[in-house]
Amino acid sequence: MAAALWAMAGLVLFSLVVGLLRVERGPGPGDRLIAAQLLGSGAVAILLLLAFATGEAALVDAALVLALLAGVALVVFVRRGGGGEAP
Amino acid sequence: MNALDALSLLLVGAGAGFFLVGSIGLLRLPDLLSRLHALTKADNLGLGLVVAGLALQAESLRQVLQLGLVWALVLFSGSIACYLLAHAETASTPVEPETRDGE
Repeated sequence: MAAALWAMAGLVLFSLVVGLLRVERGPGPGDRLIAAQLLGSGAVAILLLLAFATGEAALVDAALVLALLAGVALVVFVRRGGGGEAP
Repeated sequence: MNALDALSLLLVGAGAGFFLVGSIGLLRLPDLLSRLHALTKADNLGLGLVVAGLALQAESLRQVLQLGLVWALVLFSGSIACYLLAHAETASTPVEPETRDGE
């Protein structure tokens, strides 16, 4: 069972790496940031999978913190006018 | 492997599949708004399915609630952030006048 969870975590990690290509290509800052948003929630999924694969309960708490912080970067970005023209 | 494990793996696998499809969509779709569409599905449903699959293996109710809390937080922050980004994007680019059939 643990091996299967490791494999699933690897699959999610692979898809995040694919998503990182969008950070490289852009073209706008918004495009790059939504790829970072996917990275945040994907990292939460990976941490949860590893928590159950290894039996390390603290990883769930780490995922909780990451989930709390995941949206903050995007909100700050939009508040500073990064989504379109400066306010 | 019993039936519960199999169901759990099925759900987790479906969630990982959503992440994969979401990041492919992020690469293939043409503009920011449609990429946001791909992202929100991968975020909410992918993580939701992973959480549902892992909750089947949880040993205590506390663990299940903790997993649910993680998902709820990601739903909450993700939907607000993506709404704000879509709002900023549509406010800054003029919308083309609608074309109707027969006009």
